Amino acid sequence: MLNISGLREGIVLDHIPAGKSMAIYKYLGLGDLDCQVAIIKNARSNKMGRKDIIKIEGGLDIVDLDALGFIDHKITVNIIKDEKIVEKKVLRLPKKITNVIRCKNPRCITSIEQELPHIFVLTDEEHEEYRCMYCEEKYNRKL
Amino acid sequence: MRHLISPLDFSAEELDQLMDLASDIEQNPKKYAHVCDGKKLATLFYEPSTRTRLSFEAAMLNLGGSVIGFASADSSSASKGESVSDTIRIISCYADICAMRHPKEGAPLVASLKSSIPVINAGDGGHQHPTQTLTDLMTIRSLKGRLGNMTVGLCGDLKFGRTVHSLINALVRYEGIRFVLISPRELRVPDYIRDNVLEANHIPYTEVESLDQAMPQLDILYMTRVQRERFFNEEEYIRMKDCYILDKSKMALGKKDMLVLHPLPRVNEISVEVDDDPRAVYFRQVQYGVYVRMALIMTLLEVAPC
Repeated sequence: MLNISGLREGIVLDHIPAGKSMAIYKYLGLGDLDCQVAIIKNARSNKMGRKDIIKIEGGLDIVDLDALGFIDHKITVNIIKDEKIVEKKVLRLPKKITNVIRCKNPRCITSIEQELPHIFVLTDEEHEEYRCMYCEEKYNRKL
Repeated sequence: MRHLISPLDFSAEELDQLMDLASDIEQNPKKYAHVCDGKKLATLFYEPSTRTRLSFEAAMLNLGGSVIGFASADSSSASKGESVSDTIRIISCYADICAMRHPKEGAPLVASLKSSIPVINAGDGGHQHPTQTLTDLMTIRSLKGRLGNMTVGLCGDLKFGRTVHSLINALVRYEGIRFVLISPRELRVPDYIRDNVLEANHIPYTEVESLDQAMPQLDILYMTRVQRERFFNEEEYIRMKDCYILDKSKMALGKKDMLVLHPLPRVNEISVEVDDDPRAVYFRQVQYGVYVRMALIMTLLEVAPC
């Protein structure tokens, strides 16, 4: 068993589907943080067989839960204090996400006006479908 | 303050009220000749469209108001790189209401988020064209006497044709609507119209490639032009542009009380020999467009007849 040092205070993103952790790392902008971030890939899991885990040192405000909910709302978010889990956050598909993904429609106004926020709205919860607020182009999930 | 960005911004009841007002304007134009005295309409056309722009301008002038604006991006500050958000903030200081056409989808929505005057979407790329939809609904209602219980054929470019998307969105709210979608495979309606509008509202529809086959069942035939400006690839445009041409022989297959509509401009998808057929109402449609835009301007400015 690989030994990763415990977190005194921070967040553990658990039950990430195996192989998805690097994409989440990128989407959440974890590479820009100064704090310690540990990525565990292919950890054994009774529930999932294999899973990825991300441990982030620091407060909850450094992770955009809406962005995480959009990426995969089945991920478990554990809040750690004094090396113990004090809270488990339930993720939901956010109704609206801002600047998490970009509209790729070349006909969209966002293609020429760089300062506009890229806003997507949840249009079909059952199929987890998001569309650009401006041009209604469907976002094609390839995470 | 309200805007008109999508045809769905108005409920079916509000649309009925708007069309009632437009009908009254048609019957009693003098009653409305001064309701917008002292008001200014700004026409912000980043993409050329003589027809829609002049329709808006005629509508405002008929109401006693005046008009300012530009007719292409070249003659606006957009050519200097000004954003839509900045332009609308400035125009809000000059005018009481504005109509915006823009080649990029969503530009009028961006404007409405920053505007202190009502914004009317006069067409945004291949996305929406709500005042054309109002025109189409007004024409159908005036000449058919109803908006429900009919089979509507939409023919031509159903992929990029924004008038088609807007019309489908508006018509699904009425009882007994059926669609026959007539297009080549490559120009079929986008999936979001098929899935989120037709399927989601349980609207009966068929997709066919033959106009001849569809003609006998139609109460309304809505023809569209294959638009060069919507294609990135010239070869593809040339391959598609003459897919459907409505002529006398095809009209002979249609019902006696069928109506032929077209958002115009027509290129060659409707042969000129059809123009004299009483079922061809696309030029009357233009006049209804002015009445309904007059009613829209009045509604958004919240002005009443004198």
